[in-house]
Amino acid sequence: MNIIIKWYYRLGAPLWFYPLAGKLIPWVTALFLLFLIPGLYMGLVTAPADYQQGESFRIMYVHVPAAWMSMLVYFAMAIAAVVALVWRVRMAEIMIISSVPIGASFALIALLTGAFWGKPMWGAWWVWDARLTSELILLFIYLGILALYNAFEDKKTAGKAMSILTLVGVVNLPIIHYSVVWWNTLHQAATVTAFDKPSIHIDMLIPLLLMATAFKFLFLLVLLLKMRANLIEQDIHSGWVKKIIQDKQKLEENNHV
Amino acid sequence: MSEFINMGGYGFYVWSSFGIAAVVILANIIEPILHHKNALKEADDFYSEES
Amino acid sequence: MNTFLTLIKRDLVLAYRGRGEAFNSLIFFGLVILLFPIGISASEKLLSEIAPGLIWIAALLATMLSLDNLFKEDFQDGTLEQWAVSQHSLISFAWARLFSHWVITSVPLIIIAPLFALSLSLPTDAIGVLIVSLLLGTPLLTFIGGIGVALTTGLKKSSMLLPLLVLPFYIPVLIFGASAVDVAADGWSASGQLYILAGLFVLGITLAPFAVATSLKVSVSQ
Repeated sequence: MNIIIKWYYRLGAPLWFYPLAGKLIPWVTALFLLFLIPGLYMGLVTAPADYQQGESFRIMYVHVPAAWMSMLVYFAMAIAAVVALVWRVRMAEIMIISSVPIGASFALIALLTGAFWGKPMWGAWWVWDARLTSELILLFIYLGILALYNAFEDKKTAGKAMSILTLVGVVNLPIIHYSVVWWNTLHQAATVTAFDKPSIHIDMLIPLLLMATAFKFLFLLVLLLKMRANLIEQDIHSGWVKKIIQDKQKLEENNHV
Repeated sequence: MSEFINMGGYGFYVWSSFGIAAVVILANIIEPILHHKNALKEADDFYSEES
Repeated sequence: MNTFLTLIKRDLVLAYRGRGEAFNSLIFFGLVILLFPIGISASEKLLSEIAPGLIWIAALLATMLSLDNLFKEDFQDGTLEQWAVSQHSLISFAWARLFSHWVITSVPLIIIAPLFALSLSLPTDAIGVLIVSLLLGTPLLTFIGGIGVALTTGLKKSSMLLPLLVLPFYIPVLIFGASAVDVAADGWSASGQLYILAGLFVLGITLAPFAVATSLKVSVSQ
């Protein structure tokens, strides 16, 4: 129990989190590549071509993981928002603002790759059906959160306001997820669920799971990188940054001597 | 190899998709690295002024 | 309860004295609707097809824009801060303020809407549904918009930020509201859409004031 409490406090303190994140980054990068490369190879080369869609279905290997991540990232932000508001943990606020760009990017990738998939398959770059529209709304919500945070000069207030907005937006997630069930829609229904046997062929499924895992590590990588950058930028006047900079400067002096 | 690029006639769509994804992902990796570098540099300048 | 009623009374009296302002959003509503026959086409067939969405969008924009300075005066003269630290519930304050705003701004709009509906050749069968959908939807728009206003009250330069934040959340309301009128215009029953709107209405009215109060506290603490 003590070790849990110890790590809880460490993760919440910049002095501990910053170097810890720095040490994790190479490992996370390695894991990202470890899943990305086989995933890409299997997805682009060895997975058998789809009966109806031919080779174009391979777009699924970026489109679906990106769409999944766009929602997972938002869900993580929402949990962090609860932590930030209820327990007033500042690191949670930093986590949220560091997640917004990558989350929005995943939504953008999903929308654009979806358009490139939709054009040859269903004849249209875009339709205003429930899933596409709600994913687009998700992108706008991400951008709104970013705009709100940047509008405040005081980052503490900004963090709280952003947490509130994030929680208000979380209602959008079930709408996207269930939109294909609730409405008659052009978009394909879910073939991979948490509980049922997936209705997709195993040779097509494995690269998809590899890419999905790779994207999770990608999110973690970008999150760590962005949090370190934001922490330095926001805490520039604080003691822990001073210590880090001065340690660095001493190191450089020693190297020159 | 050319079959690989052609993707059964869908080459333009498949490679555009993967290309877009690659560009966006790279941007998301490079931007924080640059941001971090800049922030460190500003901090460095700030604390060099003091001494 | 007393505080609550006093607040509502105060807002209504203030609004009555400055009743020009309440008219502004009504005029805006009318002007937006006017733009479409002028700018696009005056053909009866086209107008009757887009009428449900058009009226709804005009109502949405009018409501959103009218909310802009909802808490500004109170923020600037310190009343908001007093409310936040007082023993009185900020949630009651939020509820009362939003409710009065709805009465002042949206109710006249709902009364006028059928006139514009006729001018757009909306089938008369749909007008009843139009009124119901607006009765359920405009409070939702007011209360959800209130969250956005509360979040941005303390900001100095917040041009365009409020619409940016609030419009994504308006979209589900717009979808069901416009769809209700649309199917009614075709002669079908709109009860599905109206029930969903009613559900959203209940959720929004009960939960939004909490978010508004929390946001006001954040803005005041700046």
